[in-house]
Parts: sequence; structure tokens; C-alpha cells
Amino acid sequence: MATRPTTQFGTERTGICIMSIASEMRGILPTANLQRLLDALSAKGYRIIGPTAHDGSVVWETVRSVSDLPIGWRDQQEPGRYRLEQTASQEVFGVVHGPQSLKPFVFAPREPLLQIERTKDGFAPRQMIPQLEKVAVIGARACDLAGLTVQDRIFLNDAYRDPYYAARREGLFVIAVNCVRALSTCFCASMETGPRAKTGFDLALTEVDDRLLIEAGSEAGFDLLSDLSLSPAPQKLLDEAATRVDACGHSQVRRLERSRLPQALYDAHEHPRWDDVAGCCLACTNCTMVCPTCFCHAAEETPDLDHQQTAHVRLWDSCFTQEHGYIHGKNIRPTIKDRYRMWLTHKLASWIDQFGMSGCVGCGRCITWCPVGIDLTEELSALLVPASRSSVTSQQVEGP
Amino acid sequence: MDAEADSMANPYVIYPATIVGKIREAEDINTYRLRFVDEQARRQFRFKAGQFNMVYLFGVGEVAISIVSDPDEPALLDHTIRAVGRITKAIADLRTGDVLGIRGPFGQGWPLEEARGRNMVIVTGGLGCAPVVGAIEYILRRRTQYGSVTILHGVKTPQDLLYRERFDAWRRFPDTEVLLTSDQPDKSWSYHIGVVTELFELVSIDPPKSIVLMCGPEIMMRLGVPILIRRGIPATAIYVSLERHMECGIGLCGHCQMGPYFLCKDGPVMRYDRVAQWLGRTGV
Repeated sequence: MATRPTTQFGTERTGICIMSIASEMRGILPTANLQRLLDALSAKGYRIIGPTAHDGSVVWETVRSVSDLPIGWRDQQEPGRYRLEQTASQEVFGVVHGPQSLKPFVFAPREPLLQIERTKDGFAPRQMIPQLEKVAVIGARACDLAGLTVQDRIFLNDAYRDPYYAARREGLFVIAVNCVRALSTCFCASMETGPRAKTGFDLALTEVDDRLLIEAGSEAGFDLLSDLSLSPAPQKLLDEAATRVDACGHSQVRRLERSRLPQALYDAHEHPRWDDVAGCCLACTNCTMVCPTCFCHAAEETPDLDHQQTAHVRLWDSCFTQEHGYIHGKNIRPTIKDRYRMWLTHKLASWIDQFGMSGCVGCGRCITWCPVGIDLTEELSALLVPASRSSVTSQQVEGP
Repeated sequence: MDAEADSMANPYVIYPATIVGKIREAEDINTYRLRFVDEQARRQFRFKAGQFNMVYLFGVGEVAISIVSDPDEPALLDHTIRAVGRITKAIADLRTGDVLGIRGPFGQGWPLEEARGRNMVIVTGGLGCAPVVGAIEYILRRRTQYGSVTILHGVKTPQDLLYRERFDAWRRFPDTEVLLTSDQPDKSWSYHIGVVTELFELVSIDPPKSIVLMCGPEIMMRLGVPILIRRGIPATAIYVSLERHMECGIGLCGHCQMGPYFLCKDGPVMRYDRVAQWLGRTGV
């Protein structure tokens, strides 16, 4: 009997809860039939967005057919290096991620806030709240969901609720993919954000050879699952899926030592390591642009040529820019050292004081997309060693 | 959907306000008296001393400016603006009758209601210091509700002394002391010589009764507060107004961070003990 298991939703689900999911909340779809899922989403009015191979990386694009997805491709990521490789497999979700997280779908890189018209009384602002659009994103990873949770906390559950973010968020349907392969840059296991999608998804897929295990994580996801009338998942497949996801977590080679945060990083403010990293950092802003949680933005005013209309727009900004710390007459953070320290201290330490959670979800994008391969896990390890012992290598510090 | 209620929920909406008065304070400083065009905005707007508004100029942009007028008269809003940047320089060209925009009020102001009955020690340094001018006016208009008032103000050169008439007027209130000092004086200077923290030696302060309000360069706070603490004033009775770049006013744009705080939301006025460890840290 397909009773709606509404009580399962709305609270954070733990691993134990997942084990007890009623059998009708999950099913098996042969990968060859994945198009049925896309068609069911289209039938419900969703625009489907998925990973597509593009110019040597994977980017989110509208997908209509399974063949739009990067079948057989895998990504190799290392500090400062991203490569797509074609394999002989028919894996659909072999690419872990590209530079984009879910952030651009909710916190738009460029968001017109107001369109303001000159009037005889002065001016009249029109709110540019985005029209509700049903968007289904297929292929989000656990780290991306964790990033979305962080952004929800900032834009929806702080002193002010951001209506632009809220409008985009409302229409978002997320189909997560549990990771069965870790990149060299991944450290979600140490952040306890992955590799299994725990919360915040509508559907979650685990690709096991030529089959997809599909689980519902929300009422909307459950509805969609019911429409597909899938065959039930045999216990053996559930076990195999769990084993592969667990193995992915265990295979991660990087970890972030967060037990003494935030204070340990506040205490490291004068550490000489900041000079070392500043000597490499180009202040290019890549790390902040690919970060699933970075939220800094700037306001821009773009008047029409006749000055009768003007758009009040917000744009992604970065704490690595010269302007970010500027107040009249002085710059609070004039050097790259100041800015790298600001970024890392905010991300890993003051974020915890501000929002009750880390600003890092362990996706590793900032490591991959840094043109000089700066690795924040390595920087933190070095910073946690008192300055007098800074000659100790990071490997020794990390321990077993 | 009630469009009006909807717009009140959007913290980004800007409300037009007419300039009904412009007072020249100095060559590049003006005080603008603003009145909302929209009657409902006029009725609903309430603020506390020390809060700020995002002041907007059509087609140019927004800038965070503290409100210096009295919170009991919220229909008229005074903003003292120094022409230092792209937006404030454009605002300087405006005249009475022109229209600016207002979004606000934002931030945490001075603890003036909590401070009733206490002795007020107000320490300022540098140019203008508009945020504290509003607080002084607030206190002196309610003179009987406060204990003694001590105003200590330091400038670099005599030319930097603004509001000379106001200092003279404040001096005439009962039980109110005003001390001015310059550390680069010329022959015309008839007040004290030195930096503002040296004035602490010249006034009597009753530590358990006093509340200190400070506004000015961070170095003044960093050097001055420890002296006050040594004189027995608890760090929890000292309030500082801090300055960082503010673009959104609602704690979202990230620019105004100081350690774990967003000064637009948690400040700009902060109790000293909460920010002591961040003041003077390079790059924070």
C-alpha cells in the first residue's frame, strides 16, 4: 500500500533513517531506462538541468535526453588540474563534478534586484523577483547539497530573508547522485557532508553497474517515484550500493582537521604560513567563484543612456579583490596575505560563529580550480602547528 | 497578494525621499534633511539613535550613512554626508527639492535608553564623526534623564575641527563638560594640545556610574580603551562605533565583516568586550 510517508520528511534524516525507508520509497531503474525519469520530470513541468561535457569540463546545461549526459566520461582532479577522460564504460554519472555547484541556481551570479524608473516624484522601483520556474537538477553531489544547506541558512534563515533567493529555491527539485568514486581533491568524509546524500534532496540515485537505485527524499520526490512504478530494490543491491558509497568515503586521501576550529585558526593569525601561501596566491578569485557556499556580493547600478531607467543589480563578489575591504581613504586588506587569511579564516572559523556551521563542505573545488594548486587542507594543517614548529611537514602533522 | 505587504518584506526596496533642507557643515560636508515621498513609509519608519540608512542616488548607487536626527521625530531624517567617494560626491551636487532614496534603518545603535541615569563620557576623534553627534544631541535634549556629560574631542589640526558652534552650544548645558584638543595646533588654537586620550587625565570619571561612547579611528580606541579600563571602567560599559564597507545593510554582502561580526547587522555600535580581540588585528 502506497501510503504517503510524510512523517519521513521535514527533519534531517540520519543514516539510520535511510536504512528504515519503506520499500515503496525506493526502486530500481535499469540505467538503459533513465530516459523514463527525465520524461517523468518533463511531464511534471520541470526544466531538467544536468552535467554536460563542454570545453574540457562539465557544466550544467538543460538536458532533454540521456545522451546529453556525459556517458562514459570521468573527471580527474588534482590541485590546479582538471581533466575529462573518456572511458569504455557506459557510466552516466562517472564525472563527479565540474566547477559549478548548485549555488548559481539559487544565488544567481547576476541578480537584478530593482528596476527603477524616473518619475515626476523622483523615482519608482519595481521589484525584480524571479518568476517561479520549476527546475530539476540531476547529478548534484552530497557536497553540493551540503552547500545548499549552508546557503539556505544564510539567505533564508538569518536576520533578513532574501526574496530573490527564496523564489529561485522554491522551484528547485534536486536529484542527487551518491558518490561511488572519490577524487584526489575530495574530503567530504572528514567534513561529514558526504559521500552519501543525507538530506535536502528530492531523489537520490546510486549508480551500480548498469542499474540505478533511486530513493525519495521528499514528498515531491516520492510522487515522482510513484509515477515511475519501479521494481523494488533487492537487498543485495542495496547492500552493494551502500558498500560502494562507504568505500568511496574511505578512499578519500584528503581530510580537514576541524576539531579545534574556530579558535585554533583565530589563534594562528600571526602565523608565518600566511606569508608562504600569499607568495603563491594570485588573488584570482577562482576559489570563491567555485565555492558552493561563498556568498559575498556587490551592488551595481546600470542606468540606461537616457538616464530614465536604471537597474539595481547584485553580482557575485570576492574577498580576494582589491575593492572588497576598501573604505574611504584606506583598504582594510591591502595585501594578498590579508585577503587569503580573511578567506580561510572566514570559511573555516568565523563562519561557525556566524552561522553555526562550517563554510566548507569538502567538495575540493577550490583546490582543483586554483591555478597554482593551493590546498586549503594542507594550509590548515600547517597553520595548526605552532609557528616555532612550522618546519614540520604537513604529512607528519596529519598523522594516521 | 498584497503588493504593499510584499514590498515591506523585501529588504532591498528603496523608498524615495525628498531633500527638504541642506545645511553646509564644512566645505565637503553637508547635512541633508529628508522626508519620504510615500506617506505610508513616512508613518511606518522608526529608528534608534546610531542606526544607519542606505542612502541612494538614482542611477548612481547606495551608500551607508548614519541617521543623526532624533528618533522621536522619524518623519524627518537627517544625514550628514561627507563627499569622499563616487556616490557621496554626486550627492553633494543635490539641492533642496531633489530626491534621494532610503532603505533602512539598519544596524545596532547606541545604548542610550539603557544608559539613562548614567554619566556619559563621549570620546571622538578625527573629522566629523556624525554617528556620535546624533547621540550627543539625543542626550542633551533629554538632559535631566542623564548624569554628567563629558565630551572629549580630538583633531589633528585646527582646520579639522567641525561643528565648532555645536561644541560651544553643548558646553552651555548644565553639568556638561566639553574638552577639545589638537595634536598639530597652530597659533589660533586656544584649547588643549595633544591627542584625545591625554584628555582622560583632565576629567574626573566615576567608573561604576559611567558609560563611554567612542567614535573615531580604530587606533584611538585601541590606545584609549585600555586607559579607561585601567581607570576602573568595565569593558562592558564601553561602546565603540566601527566602520567597514557596507553595501547591503542586511548582513549578506560580506564586506563589513570584522572577525565573526557583520558590522552592518551586529554593529556599527559594538560593546567593547565583544570586539576587543579583533580591534587592531591586521586585515580583520
